[in-house]
Amino acid sequence: MRDLVSDMTNCLRARDLQVRSNGKALLDVHDLTLDGPGPTLILGPNGAGKSLLLRCLHGLISPDRGQVVQDGTPLNAYHKARQAMVFQRPVLLRRSVAANLDFVLKRQNMSRTGRKDRIVELLTEGGLEDKSRQSARSLSGGEAQRLAILRALALNPETLFLDEPTSALDPSATQMIERMVLRASSRGVRIVMVTHDIGQARRLAADVVMMQGGHVVEHGPAKQVLDVPGSEASRRYLAGGLVT
Amino acid sequence: MQNFAAEFNSALALILEGDSELWAIVLLSLQVSVFAVLISAVIGMPIGAALAVARFPGRRMMIVLMNALMGFPPVVVGLLVYLMLSRSGPLGILELLYTPTAMIIAQVVLVTPIIAALTRQVIEMLAEEYSEQLRSLGVSRLASVPVLLWDARLALITALLAGFGRAIAEVGAVIIVGGNINHVTRVMTTTIALETSKGNLALALALGAILIGIAVAVNAIVSALSLRAEQEGLRHA
Ligand SMILES: Nc1ncnc2c1ncn2[C@@H]1O[C@H](COP(=O)(O)OP(=O)(O)O)[C@@H](O)[C@H]1O
Ligand SMILES: [Mg+2]
Repeated sequence: MRDLVSDMTNCLRARDLQVRSNGKALLDVHDLTLDGPGPTLILGPNGAGKSLLLRCLHGLISPDRGQVVQDGTPLNAYHKARQAMVFQRPVLLRRSVAANLDFVLKRQNMSRTGRKDRIVELLTEGGLEDKSRQSARSLSGGEAQRLAILRALALNPETLFLDEPTSALDPSATQMIERMVLRASSRGVRIVMVTHDIGQARRLAADVVMMQGGHVVEHGPAKQVLDVPGSEASRRYLAGGLVT
Repeated sequence: MQNFAAEFNSALALILEGDSELWAIVLLSLQVSVFAVLISAVIGMPIGAALAVARFPGRRMMIVLMNALMGFPPVVVGLLVYLMLSRSGPLGILELLYTPTAMIIAQVVLVTPIIAALTRQVIEMLAEEYSEQLRSLGVSRLASVPVLLWDARLALITALLAGFGRAIAEVGAVIIVGGNINHVTRVMTTTIALETSKGNLALALALGAILIGIAVAVNAIVSALSLRAEQEGLRHA
């Protein structure tokens, strides 16, 4: 019964998912259901398969086994168009800041004035209103990542994936990104974000997915997973993480 | 030595006094090479972009062929174009031999592989960087081509300039198919070769100076473009 319900509501599910290379499973997720309203943070050491999982959920790679299911049907073009992703290293077009946003808006067949208004709105949301005409490639790391997030939001996604968006940023740039993520979440965008920063998980997460060696070792409400980890792997990761 | 100084002086005079024969030769050179580069761009850029983005059987072969063509000796290219255009050749009926059009054709054959190869290199690197992001934004493979071409614009202009530099400085192919006919197919390089052998150093020196000036200008533009690219973080390397 629960399976039926979670498949029918706005929910994203990885079923028996495997990505293999040279006969080795890089990703092996038995069953993971993301259906909570708050941000889900995916935690785990380097090489745990966090990025691979995100790519599968977003349809950028097709798994060698199993499938991703959204709202009860296998992930399709309709679903993918309602997802957006921010990569670890922002990939910005070699154009102005505004043109990076306009690129996405044009593809939605918005009118010229509609696009102009939306660009102003987005730039204000990301604190980039003075940078509109600047070359996107000349932005600082934090500004570039904010623009990447704004461009993702310009798609009006239902789900926003973020792959360690703050891993190369200083604390104040990180804080700005975290606030943007929380605002998007409160507007109803489902957030699925990878981090290796346990503090960040505490600040943002409603739910936490703990990964190791290609497996999901734990998944549950943030408080529970972070404070009373149920698995030995999580305990060790959290202890190690807290030391550094 | 005195002779040399005199030749230099008359070369300078030719340039400064706007000698009509000299400037007609310069103008024809520029026209032929600019045309050749534009045609090469129209042919070479789509080929380069297709080789970078599409996966089809024979793709590797085409890349090898393109690189081989790039290293072809210009004189041989001239000979092949000559055979095509000569009276008994397959295109002889067009009577293009010893016309500026023949020189354009020869330069197109020389420059197209260069532009195609550079385009492929530039677009392939950019495609690798952009591919996941563009797919995430819902841009199809085909629709990504104009995006990549536009975002690689500075590097592509550099490729065009490289092609132009090769075309304008080329002598072997052009002299075979153009014939260096006075007032018809005399361009800077072929005139320099001919006038030097005739001992008319003044005209040769004047044209040489202008040719160097053009080469320097082209290089200056390339440097300025790559400097700008660097400032804007647009470098692909
Ligand atoms: N395209 C690929 N081919 C082979 N191995 C890969 C590929 N992508 C990732 N891997 C491997 O899969 C494992 C998980 O990678 P990844 O998901 O990027 O980890 P992370 O949790 O750090 O994001 C790593 O061991 C990585 O080397
Ligand atoms: Mg990763």
